[in-house]
Amino acid sequence: MDQVLGNIDLLFQFPIVNLKIILDGIMIGALFALAAYGLALVWGVMNVKNLAQGDFVIAGGYVSWWLVQHGFPPLLGVPVAFVVMWGIGWVVYKLVITRVIERDLFTSLLATFGLAIMMAQIMNLMFGSDTQSVDLGYPTLHFFDGFIDLPIAKLIGVGMAMSLAGGVIIFMKSSRMGQAIRATAQDARAARVLGIDTEKVYAFTFSLNSAICGAAGAIIVMVWVIQPFYGISYSIRAFVIVTAAGLGNLPGVIAAGLGIGALEQYGSHIFGIGYQQAVAVMLLLLVLLYRLIQQRRNRQVLK
Amino acid sequence: MKKLSLLSILMATLSLLFSQASVAACGEIVLGSAISLTGKYATNGVHAKNGYEYAVQKIKDAGGVKIGDKCYNFKVIYYDDESKGDRGATLAERLISQDNVQFMLGPYSSGMTKAIAPVTEKYQIPMVEAEGASRSLFNKGYRYLFAVLSTSELYLASAVSLAAEKAEESGKKASSVKVAIAVENDPFSLDIRAGVSEDAAKFGMEVIIDEKLPRDLSDMSAILTKVKLLKPDLLIVSGHSKGAATAVSQIEEQNIKVPMIALTHCEAADVTGNYGKAADDILCSTQWDETLAYKDPMFGSAAEYNVDFKKAFPEYADKTVPYQIAQASAAVYVYMDAFQRAGSIDKEKVRDAIAATDLMTFYGPIKFSEAGNNIAKPMVLRQIQNGEYRVVAPSKFASHKINWPRM
Repeated sequence: MDQVLGNIDLLFQFPIVNLKIILDGIMIGALFALAAYGLALVWGVMNVKNLAQGDFVIAGGYVSWWLVQHGFPPLLGVPVAFVVMWGIGWVVYKLVITRVIERDLFTSLLATFGLAIMMAQIMNLMFGSDTQSVDLGYPTLHFFDGFIDLPIAKLIGVGMAMSLAGGVIIFMKSSRMGQAIRATAQDARAARVLGIDTEKVYAFTFSLNSAICGAAGAIIVMVWVIQPFYGISYSIRAFVIVTAAGLGNLPGVIAAGLGIGALEQYGSHIFGIGYQQAVAVMLLLLVLLYRLIQQRRNRQVLK
Repeated sequence: MKKLSLLSILMATLSLLFSQASVAACGEIVLGSAISLTGKYATNGVHAKNGYEYAVQKIKDAGGVKIGDKCYNFKVIYYDDESKGDRGATLAERLISQDNVQFMLGPYSSGMTKAIAPVTEKYQIPMVEAEGASRSLFNKGYRYLFAVLSTSELYLASAVSLAAEKAEESGKKASSVKVAIAVENDPFSLDIRAGVSEDAAKFGMEVIIDEKLPRDLSDMSAILTKVKLLKPDLLIVSGHSKGAATAVSQIEEQNIKVPMIALTHCEAADVTGNYGKAADDILCSTQWDETLAYKDPMFGSAAEYNVDFKKAFPEYADKTVPYQIAQASAAVYVYMDAFQRAGSIDKEKVRDAIAATDLMTFYGPIKFSEAGNNIAKPMVLRQIQNGEYRVVAPSKFASHKINWPRM
């Protein structure tokens, strides 16, 4: 308890720390938001809750890491991971997901959970269980007596995440495929009646999700570290964010992603870093509680 | 009837053939090990297995284990425990009750050893383990468990006394040293924390940061920000290889200035290879180092072990041999020594011989306490100096002087 109070005290003693916490939070939150956006897409369009979301992220990270090990420039990893993970996503869709779309919630959860375990283990066998990262070799900028540090690599990573998110938004808004995806999300049967090949839309959506995750992972490996079994922590955050923001609410997903990033950083400053993930899960509970109360207010009786 | 006698003649011939063969070659002592070949401990599990295999081969090449006038070779049965405790316990049962293994080698990690030890204890099967350092393994009164490595509370405790030494050298009191601890929330790292805080209390030092790292740590900037604000004199981080990797990269990134920083698992995280200069002047604890002056007649000196092992396993050619491998080999060596002193393959006699071990090895001296942990071998602290690991403590074995304060 003393430590908690002491930590809160530090926030007031050194107000600049708040800025640092928020900046750190926003930077990690941007990547959570990417993974969450992919999840929202798949969830909304196909009603599949992909528990392997985080493992796609980590797989993308390993694609990029592998490239760097073989002498390619690190920044190339992001587009390559996007493309490779697109392909892997497509294969996974054809092998597994297409069989569970029409089934109930439990089947799809079970299938993607199995997928998550398999992916983690395959990565473990291929790349070993050590943590890996890619060092871009860029310097770090320091402000305010060194209290605020902005590694240029992180800035590049966040910039790439933002442009990827922007690209996806424009794509969804203005391309034919984007329209088809949105139409399928609204009403799959109606879309089919109107001549949209929903099977193709599903395959495309899942591959797109996988590719977004892959690119996020390629950014993460440049800024933080990856390990074959880290997927779950990204999956959890993605679920928290999507639950908080709701499906089909892209600005909401981004805001929730950044918010959760920042709140987690505050949580880990105040309660200790061991409680960082607990803060995320607590937030999920609060959001669910709030949603429940909100729904109760609107509850109507069916006659 | 006729058929039967034919069969018995055939059997007799066969057994004759076999007995002739066994005169020529050595007999076999089967050891069993459930070890992590897949799952999160796979990297180190494979290291341990390679260490066992290397020692088995080395002993074979040197003429085997001599018991009376007979010779024996070790053969190890491995099962993959998938880095899961319950699986490890099941496999230990299987090794003992189905494969009739009478002597066990340990798995990788304290957690796995903890899962298996009750099984070997139940069947009264001796287990010499090399990879489980948690001290909680040695307060349960296990009679058949022996560990060749130093227990985990000693891993970074020597950094505390080193910090005290340095403070006194620069004219300050040892009790003025402020300690920051960030360890993972698992049995191994919590032992390290216990060891450090006990030693810090002995010197009257104040622990100003005491945090637990999450299992899936990838960001510890929150702790490092506090370090920057509270300015400790000694920073202790232990969180397996991810903890070491995250600490080194973010200490550099946030430009943290602490006079002394001590970590575990530097080699596993390859901090020198991955982060280059950022890792300089960081202290790393290790069970063993190939520059140490330990020696035995089987493996030669620590340096010779390092060279010969790389010849036998060329995949390690371009890195230093991790201590996990050396201690695995030492465990097999303890068995050999115990068998020869027991002069028998009776498991109780062998157990007593293991308990009475007082052996100098390339890995360090080995002598077991009542509880089964090795009390003869000290932990070693190395400092990364210009990308090289140099032994700086304990000063008795130190080949180099410490760079202090780290700036």
